[in-house]
Amino acid sequence: MHEMSIALGIVRIAEDEVAKAGARKVNSIDLDIGTLSGIELDSLEFVWPVAVKETVLEGATKNINIIQGKGYCMDCAIEFDMQNFADICPTCHALLKEIRQGKEMRVKALEVE
Amino acid sequence: MCSTCGCGQDDDVKIARPGQELSVEAVAHDHDNPHHHDHQHHHHGHSHDHGNRVIELERDILHHNDLHAAQNRGYFDALQITTFNLVSSPGSGKTTFLERCLNDLKTEMDFYVIEGDQQTMQDANRIDALQVPVVQVNTGKGCHLDGGMVTDAVKELDPKKGGVMMIENVGNLVCPAMFDLGEDFRIVIISTTEGDDKPLKYPDMFHGSQICIINKIDLIPYLDFDVERTKEYAKKVNPDLIFFEVSATKGDGMEDFYQWLRSNKKS
Repeated sequence: MHEMSIALGIVRIAEDEVAKAGARKVNSIDLDIGTLSGIELDSLEFVWPVAVKETVLEGATKNINIIQGKGYCMDCAIEFDMQNFADICPTCHALLKEIRQGKEMRVKALEVE
Repeated sequence: MCSTCGCGQDDDVKIARPGQELSVEAVAHDHDNPHHHDHQHHHHGHSHDHGNRVIELERDILHHNDLHAAQNRGYFDALQITTFNLVSSPGSGKTTFLERCLNDLKTEMDFYVIEGDQQTMQDANRIDALQVPVVQVNTGKGCHLDGGMVTDAVKELDPKKGGVMMIENVGNLVCPAMFDLGEDFRIVIISTTEGDDKPLKYPDMFHGSQICIINKIDLIPYLDFDVERTKEYAKKVNPDLIFFEVSATKGDGMEDFYQWLRSNKKS
């Protein structure tokens, strides 16, 4: 379950930023997570309480901004929704596509005190 | 990074050469106690009680892993070492494929191997029997190798200029997909004893790979596995994938991969 590593990556970033800012703790954390990022949100929720225990994130509100996967068909020049990497252009079924968004997994912002 | 608590220590991760104690690099620490992170932050001569502040960050969650991966990549580039990250489900034949490559090419190229498994020295011992330098990384409870583990393993291996580094990841078609190790090429291996719809079921791994090895083709007459359908599914996920159809045990099809390797290695 790689979501534990993901949660711990978030904790590491938060601890570093809180220390840099000379703050004590995090009140809220905003995450951008794309639907093509490979992160299972249910799994992340499951491991979160254990991962943040006794860290600056314990008790912090977690806001997840889910970014819908979007592909761009080179042939039709249209954008289409993607649920996973196997999704291809619904119009012409060409294989070649550019992934425009959905791979994001980042800490967007922290509110600290 | 410790994959249990995320501190900088290698908790259950053990790195060893065949014949060495597996606990060489392990530093045990207690997860029940809060641990110390000694951050070098600036001390100003005033209190920090400024109330609530928002820090706009836009920092990638795997930033720390990616730094390690970039460090590895720079090291490999400087030494002109060509690096592969082998990923697959357990039992697809990663180690057998590696053994075949090493046996056939070791007089032609200098190989180095990093073996990733949750437990045991089994795979490293198989590679060691071929007299190729190898270190085993036991990830403990971890389900994937990460950039930091590879950094440590490479220090132990001390590879020479112009070699070929083969990193065999933990058998798992999900988790290793996210973790860049600093490799030049990711090879995903699928065997004919698995379902031919694997690329659709585990698209992330096929999306992130450059090479797809279809292994155990000698068994096709006994199985309901359609090679062309597998390729078609995999191309939906990643149209740029390069395919090789092989039997690692019998040697069928391996020469095509060797030709590709000869013309794509860095030196």
